[in-house]
Amino acid sequence: MSEVKKIATRASYGNALVELGKKYDNLVVLDADLAAATQTGIFKKEFPERHIDCGIAECNMAGVAAGIATTGKVPFFSTFAMFASGRAYEQVRNSIAYPQLNVKIGATHGGISVGEDGASHQCCEDFALMRVIPGMVVASPADDIEAKAMVQAAYEHQGPVYMRFGRAAVPVINDNPDYKFELGKGIVLREGKDLTIIANGLCVSASLEAAEKLAADGIDAKVINMHTIKPLDEELVIASAKETGKIVTVEEHSIIGGLGGAVCECLSENCPVPVKRIGVRDVFGESGSAGALLKKYKLDGEGIYSQIKEFLA
Amino acid sequence: MDKLELQKIANEVRKDIVTAVHSAGAGHPGGSLSATEVFTYLYFAEMNIDPKNPKDPNRDRFVLSKGHTAPGYYSVLAERGYFPKEDLKTLRKLGSYLQGHPDMKHIPGVDMSSGSLGQGISAAVGMAISAKLSGDTYRVYTLLGDGEIQEGQVWEASMLAGFRKLDNLVVIVDNNGLQIDGPIDQVNSPYPIDKKFEAFNFHVINVADGNDFDQLAAAFAEAKTVKGMPTAIIMKTVKGKGVSYMENQVGWHGKAPNDEQYEQAMAELEKAGEALCQK
Repeated sequence: MSEVKKIATRASYGNALVELGKKYDNLVVLDADLAAATQTGIFKKEFPERHIDCGIAECNMAGVAAGIATTGKVPFFSTFAMFASGRAYEQVRNSIAYPQLNVKIGATHGGISVGEDGASHQCCEDFALMRVIPGMVVASPADDIEAKAMVQAAYEHQGPVYMRFGRAAVPVINDNPDYKFELGKGIVLREGKDLTIIANGLCVSASLEAAEKLAADGIDAKVINMHTIKPLDEELVIASAKETGKIVTVEEHSIIGGLGGAVCECLSENCPVPVKRIGVRDVFGESGSAGALLKKYKLDGEGIYSQIKEFLA
Repeated sequence: MDKLELQKIANEVRKDIVTAVHSAGAGHPGGSLSATEVFTYLYFAEMNIDPKNPKDPNRDRFVLSKGHTAPGYYSVLAERGYFPKEDLKTLRKLGSYLQGHPDMKHIPGVDMSSGSLGQGISAAVGMAISAKLSGDTYRVYTLLGDGEIQEGQVWEASMLAGFRKLDNLVVIVDNNGLQIDGPIDQVNSPYPIDKKFEAFNFHVINVADGNDFDQLAAAFAEAKTVKGMPTAIIMKTVKGKGVSYMENQVGWHGKAPNDEQYEQAMAELEKAGEALCQK
């Protein structure tokens, strides 16, 4: 049996920064004493002079990044999703997004798969928090290949971008020659006629697994990798709703305000169909291994499958 | 530019501030008037800037961290020629580019959007770090309120500035002694301010009268000689300076004069201007 290659998207982020750093002199990386965890340490090793460790002071780091951006450089600042989107929320809104500064936020350790650190560090609200800020792009990659493509696209995009990466190693699923990444464009990974599963992050591979299980029951599920939550690929969402009549969203985020919220907003205005939001159900997480937590919160292949079966029943 | 010229400009700026705030029916005259001399000194004597080329990458930068004193900032920018003086009367009005707080996207000469207290200094630190990274020689100035330094972010930014030895950065604290809820030492005293910045590895210059151009000139000249550390200029000022009934009055932090008060303020400033012309 061949082993599926697994890489944490935070590692992909660190590696992508090095590649971009070689190409672009104006790329600067900031961290808040988490360089080993966010993996910006890889960049620091290669380009120590362009890596600014701000210490444990995330609000200031966001503002410093804003100031650097005003001078034409392209800063990527990194910390855990909890602190990037939560603690520094107002700095991101007022110092970065309001003046539309070209700052990229590489938020790692999103969702419950942070694992053992527990609820204080498991941010399941970041998509919602970032999505309501005008002009903010919000995205979360499914695997290593997508994460690297996303970092490149974020550099090329003019304006603020929030990217959420994960701590846990996840299967590489986009390893094919046709793979093409574009911010704001969802990717259909599997065609189907009975329902559409729209997922992001590590829930994409789990959703593909669930779709296989559904297929065994004779249920034909379309699967979309919606790596960009904002701007949402509304065209694809609406077309899929019309085509399959039912939508399921899957994310490692609160069912309130994230991908599920965005899809519901789009569909209720344009094409109301039954929707099931799968995610963290308005609760805080807890300590445990990533695998055990994903199982408990029904975000693994089996959990997604069983929730979809209930939805269809 | 000599002191008398600067005083005349500052007097015009004060008239602009009172006029803009009166026209808006809202705004922050007290802290605009306490900082009028430092605004004027920065834009007419200190900074390397060109109103005809406001985006020059080599220009000195200014961040108004105490963004609510936008009327003072805009008035100086208008006097310096960044935009027409008449536009000051559109302050805070729907459709005007002169937003209630500084907006870098729409106001010529504004280097950073600000207004949420404690945030501007971080952006200034970022600009100073950026200059160090690419070997640029521009200097960065930021003005903070004495109440503003109650924000924890100010000290996060100061710690990084001191640690990174940002000698291209000058942090100015407008110590007018008053904040919305009362005297700063009765609300939540930030004193001693100078010792705090010293502890954060700043070269500290205390200015006894921040409404005096000679003292400001000496302070900024000293700041330029400092190597290996950022400078903090702590200047004592009078809130509401130049308008008798606003001076040292907490109530004039964020309030517009009515028509009668406006006439009185303008008469006082006209008189002060005439006195300067007699010199």
